[in-house]
Amino acid sequence: MYKITRVEHLSEKNWLMDIEAPYVTRSCLPGQFLIVKTGELGERIPLTICDYDRERGIVTIVFQVVGESTAKMAELREGDSFTDVVGPLGQPSEFVHEDLEELRKKHYLFVCGGVGIAPVYPQVKWLSEHGIKADVVMAARSKDLIFYEEQMRSAAANVYITTDDGSYGMKGVATDMVKKLVADGEHYDQCVAIGPVIMMKFTCLTTKELGIPTIVSMNPIMIDGTGMCGACRVVVGDEIKFACVDGPEFDGHKVDFDLAMKRQALYKTEEGQKMMQYEQGSGRCHTA
Amino acid sequence: MDNTFDVWKKVPVREQDPKVRATNFKEVCLGYNMEEAQLEATRCLECKIPFCVQGCPVSINIPGFIKHVKEGDIESAAKVIAESSALPAVCGRVCPQETQCEGKCIRGKRGEAVSVGKLERFVADWTREQGIVPATAGTPNGKKVAIIGAGPAGLTCAGDLAKLGYDVTIYEAFHQAGGVLVYGIPEFRLPKDTVVKHEIENVKKLGVKIETNVIIGRSITIDELLDDLGFDAVFVGSGAGLPKFMGIPGEIANGVYSANEYLTRNNLMKAFEEDADTPIKRHNKVVVVGGGNVAMDAARTALRLGAETHIVYRRGEEELPARVEEVHHAKEEGVIFDLLQNPVEILTDENDWVKGVKIIKMELGEPDSSGRRRPVEIPGSEYVIECDAVIMSLGTSPNPLITSTTKGLDTNSHGCIIVKEETGETTKQGVYAGGDAVTGAATVILAMGAGKTAAQGIHDYLQNK
Repeated sequence: MYKITRVEHLSEKNWLMDIEAPYVTRSCLPGQFLIVKTGELGERIPLTICDYDRERGIVTIVFQVVGESTAKMAELREGDSFTDVVGPLGQPSEFVHEDLEELRKKHYLFVCGGVGIAPVYPQVKWLSEHGIKADVVMAARSKDLIFYEEQMRSAAANVYITTDDGSYGMKGVATDMVKKLVADGEHYDQCVAIGPVIMMKFTCLTTKELGIPTIVSMNPIMIDGTGMCGACRVVVGDEIKFACVDGPEFDGHKVDFDLAMKRQALYKTEEGQKMMQYEQGSGRCHTA
Repeated sequence: MDNTFDVWKKVPVREQDPKVRATNFKEVCLGYNMEEAQLEATRCLECKIPFCVQGCPVSINIPGFIKHVKEGDIESAAKVIAESSALPAVCGRVCPQETQCEGKCIRGKRGEAVSVGKLERFVADWTREQGIVPATAGTPNGKKVAIIGAGPAGLTCAGDLAKLGYDVTIYEAFHQAGGVLVYGIPEFRLPKDTVVKHEIENVKKLGVKIETNVIIGRSITIDELLDDLGFDAVFVGSGAGLPKFMGIPGEIANGVYSANEYLTRNNLMKAFEEDADTPIKRHNKVVVVGGGNVAMDAARTALRLGAETHIVYRRGEEELPARVEEVHHAKEEGVIFDLLQNPVEILTDENDWVKGVKIIKMELGEPDSSGRRRPVEIPGSEYVIECDAVIMSLGTSPNPLITSTTKGLDTNSHGCIIVKEETGETTKQGVYAGGDAVTGAATVILAMGAGKTAAQGIHDYLQNK
């Protein structure tokens, strides 16, 4: 069992949890993900790692309630446990292998939307720890969906916030801010965009126009996370890649986002039915 | 039981009626009872030179255990089997006996071979029901061995080493031990909660520790196991790898699965059960591409989930790589075999969902490098099968997770780990390997054989170290 040491309710549907998972923290790097499972017959849910404390063996995850499995996760409290946590999975972000001297010459722009803020943070933090200060655009529908702002500000050079409804930061979407920054004279050598597929798609369209190479992190349906099931296939350029072993990070200018969105909706009907049963049934009563 | 016992024929085994079992996930074969097993055992000629033993990858003393069955001393029979196999209830169910022990049986020259598999299964099931643990751990020798993967190869290697007194820890990537026995082979062929769980418990009773949710190559590397965690040797039994696809148009469409995914959802994640959280689609018409045991398992699973199911295979019936029994069972249950046919394109609707498969008919030409006649397309023979799902069961290619993170562990051009066949030793000192990670996708029993060989190899190495 993997004990939950802290729970933070970030906003209506978003939760942050610290979990004891020493096998994950002993080697995890920015860009990697883990899988959690709740209950014997639970679903394996892949989540990008938001933060980690190697000394204490604590990993931080952020998730959004989108179906039955994540709804069950949201019922867990400090002192409860996940039945299973496994990781780290996937390839670390490319920059961790890059020559630091070369890396220090590059100006990075991170663009994150919604719960995509979580996987961006360890990347910005890693760069900061290696003397590289990046710029970060944090985008959400409204103010209450922005989280980890303080941590991000302490690791980044500049943090720019946009909200759809204008309740915080600039009114608009992430791409509006990217365009504004470039129009104001900022030069970026590399962009990393993580968030909902639709946001990554439009960010990539923008950065392509602006000529900024862009990495995205895909989070498709998967089961094992080690290459065995092949459910996580994504089309990158002319190739079919497995997000779990080849990714999850890919060249965003080559990813077929429309297809990725269709594949993400594969079990929508089944998941909807399960969620309905869960909401109507006794699932709401926390008996465990 | 049938009263007309014919010494030239196997005592028939009771099975669930095909029409009934096609709608449930309960075990197809019901196995022998004591009376049937003892009667079948009388058919064994107790050959002085038993060819059956030569046919067994783990060299079980077959006439030896059958003799005890004949006498009704099942506990002794279990002990004989336990000398060679840690997973008899599994092997009795999933081994291809017709090409191994039973294929070599003298009885088979004139009539039907002795039903070795069904007898092994009977002994194992009886022992389990009586609560008897047939093997015991050896005296601790103070040496530590790490095993990667709790599948058939790893469990066998672990069991053998524990019997020799080693301190053994198995690291398993999944949340449950068993490997292909839990994620791949369906419940209706191999019950998980009774049979598989019990045999894994027996391995644990030998003192073997199993740590789930640890991915070697990610959570921890082989070098760390050897250098930092004090293991004296490592066995890699990490299993088969990444599912292969055909590379035909439409293959990325929604409704195209690898057999690995489809079976894992259903077997490991129990998606067929109401209270499981993992979803599975209940399709109307499913095309399974491939002709191996995995294809049969996928087809029979789809059928049980309510679909009209077709096997599309590019060669003929003779060439089907699946066990005869599996093909027979699949046909009985209503799986339709479209042989000498091959998909050329997957057709999709406007939402990128599968709506059919364009198939071309084949004929057999000259033998290819495998010795089998090469299937050749018949020009102009294309037609379309309408369906809403396609399951690709074309085998796997090795997973690079371990080999790419372990210095000095060499692989061949296919990516399979190179070993010395007699010992299981790899190109890296102290590291042994066996099973699908070495051979590519093969059978449970071959993996067990390799696990056994490597256990002996590790023992020899550590005794001389």
